[in-house]
Amino acid sequence: MDGSEIISGIKTKLQDFNAISVSKNYSDEICIKVDPQVFKDTCLALHKILPSPVMMLFALDERKAMGKFVINAVFASFRRSQWVILTMDIPQENPCFDSLAKSMYSANLFEREIWEMFGIEPKGNPDLRRLYLHDEVWPQGNYPLRKDFQKMKVGNLGEYKFGRVEGEGIFEVPVGPVHAGIIGPGHFRFSVAGEPIINLEIRFGFTHRGVEKIFEGKSISDAIRFSERVSGDSSFAHSLSFAQAAEKISGISVSLRTAYLRGIFLELERMYNHANDAGGIALDVGFSFPAAYASIIKESILALNEKLTGSRYLKNINSVGRVSVDFDGSKKSILQESIGKIKQDFDELVKILNSSVSFMDRVDTAGVLKKKTAFDLGVVGLAGRASGIPTDLRKYFPGIYKEAKFKMVTQGAGDVLARLRVRIFEFEESCRLIEEFAARMPGDEKIENDPKPKEGSALGYVEGWRGPVLYWLKTDSSGLIERCKIVDPSFHNWQALSYAVLGNIIPDFPLCNKSFDLSYSGNDL
Amino acid sequence: MMYILKSRILKGVVTRHIDPKLSGEIESAGLELKSLIRKKFARSLYIREVDTGSCGACESEIISANNPIYDIQRFGINFVASPRHADALLVTGPVSKNMLVALKKTFEAMPEPKFVITLGDCALNGGIFKDSYYIEGPVKDILPAALHIPGCPPTPMAIIKALLAFLKK
Repeated sequence: MDGSEIISGIKTKLQDFNAISVSKNYSDEICIKVDPQVFKDTCLALHKILPSPVMMLFALDERKAMGKFVINAVFASFRRSQWVILTMDIPQENPCFDSLAKSMYSANLFEREIWEMFGIEPKGNPDLRRLYLHDEVWPQGNYPLRKDFQKMKVGNLGEYKFGRVEGEGIFEVPVGPVHAGIIGPGHFRFSVAGEPIINLEIRFGFTHRGVEKIFEGKSISDAIRFSERVSGDSSFAHSLSFAQAAEKISGISVSLRTAYLRGIFLELERMYNHANDAGGIALDVGFSFPAAYASIIKESILALNEKLTGSRYLKNINSVGRVSVDFDGSKKSILQESIGKIKQDFDELVKILNSSVSFMDRVDTAGVLKKKTAFDLGVVGLAGRASGIPTDLRKYFPGIYKEAKFKMVTQGAGDVLARLRVRIFEFEESCRLIEEFAARMPGDEKIENDPKPKEGSALGYVEGWRGPVLYWLKTDSSGLIERCKIVDPSFHNWQALSYAVLGNIIPDFPLCNKSFDLSYSGNDL
Repeated sequence: MMYILKSRILKGVVTRHIDPKLSGEIESAGLELKSLIRKKFARSLYIREVDTGSCGACESEIISANNPIYDIQRFGINFVASPRHADALLVTGPVSKNMLVALKKTFEAMPEPKFVITLGDCALNGGIFKDSYYIEGPVKDILPAALHIPGCPPTPMAIIKALLAFLKK
């Protein structure tokens, strides 16, 4: 399929639409370059016709080579199994563009990120507070993702202003960044009237490590090890997404055996995290027995990972064009035997949870995220499916999952129970998929793919356990990375938590939070 | 509830089969750890954990050390919610600029005597993130670190063994 269907779709909304260029470098990507004047309207048209939230919106500093900045917006067309990448140039003399956030909220955080990292102003965005670079430690005017950024220049420090709810009897409860549990850092500012929460503002950035800057100038083989350490509980999804982008640039197609092995590891990662969260939800209502049971299941999956790959968190496996682990017959039987046992244990866990009335009472109707809210915020992945948004990359993009007749699960209620149910169904589906993949996996085929350094850009995408993990990668002629934009599903979904907790009481906040279980480090980069 | 009671009555105590080698290892290291903690800390060692920018894998393994398989708590090691209850501060991550103040304040809030443990390669010297513009670490330049537990991330068994080796000194 070429881009003509998408272009004619845009024309139904914008009669006199004209693209500067339309190119299709890969079968699953359409790049449309437009004039800055029509960028905003084209984005809004794509948002409506596909329909898709902004999956990525990011800038590139091309001032050295071409004397300009570039901004890319990425949308997904699930029905057509296509990614649409919209591009515009920004002059370096006056770096600004028309804000999309007022018409399309899912662009909001991306715009704030572009502003703090590149100093390109989204004109008209009402909230330009910084996300990662805290005013208390990082002076204004330092834009770390600009190519000419060397070292932080000393300047005036400021203070972050939280949104304020005022009125009689309203008080604020600040929590974090150091929390009571063994968990990442973030600051939560609750405004409550009596018991119910009437506003929650979350401040992030505490685990900001400058990951995207670190990628720049690295070779692909070095950088893949960094991608495994962006979010520790999604190491495999991140390295796979990165590897896929690099493979597209180098023109490598992986062997079917590699694809199935990757599928197995991706599902194992999903399983240990889903088991962990099912237990975590129980723990956060004080139901510790199933929580302990779930942690045994998680441990047995981690131990299985170690047996199969040598790494409990599936690190050091992916490389461009291949995986470093191979399966002989004995590993296959270990896998099949262990999955059988794990599945039995998990069934038991589900029975324990379902048969406890007081547990059900706590999770049912707690932390509701409405479908409309979820769509407007651009919520993706598991949390989106629990609110009735049927998106899952495994379902809509061709590959081994289509072959294995993957079944997608959605729920309508959008509460903690719905998110728990999606996890339970997905865990069971993952068991089935792993068995199916192991059975379908063809025998040894040795294809040595040695990637040659190549110039280009491509999008890697993987449905991790939280949702789509996206890597947009650009390399120069010697194969070194020029820009790597990472979007973890946590970036889209954290803001949904602020809406889901409204009307709930603070003691239910840990429960709502755990039902999303988002990554601090994946968000903060 | 009825289901739980019924299955408990029918099944009795369900003990899990842990790999005997692993279970022996945990038991012997653990018991030694327990007797040392009894001697040096009057029964138990309380630890407060702070994440200064880790990817989350270290936290996951610390939580795993508390699961029923390893159950580090039965040897006298407790992870506590407040630094005011803690004997030791366990720090993960390369220390991002944004976490510097929070890390120092957490340490200040702890009563004397106190000591600092660093866990994971990032906490030792910034690890793979050490050249970043937003890293203030390593931890040992900010707080007096007494013990480092290496690994990316260290396994629960490695955490137990490192604590044991340290307390033996």
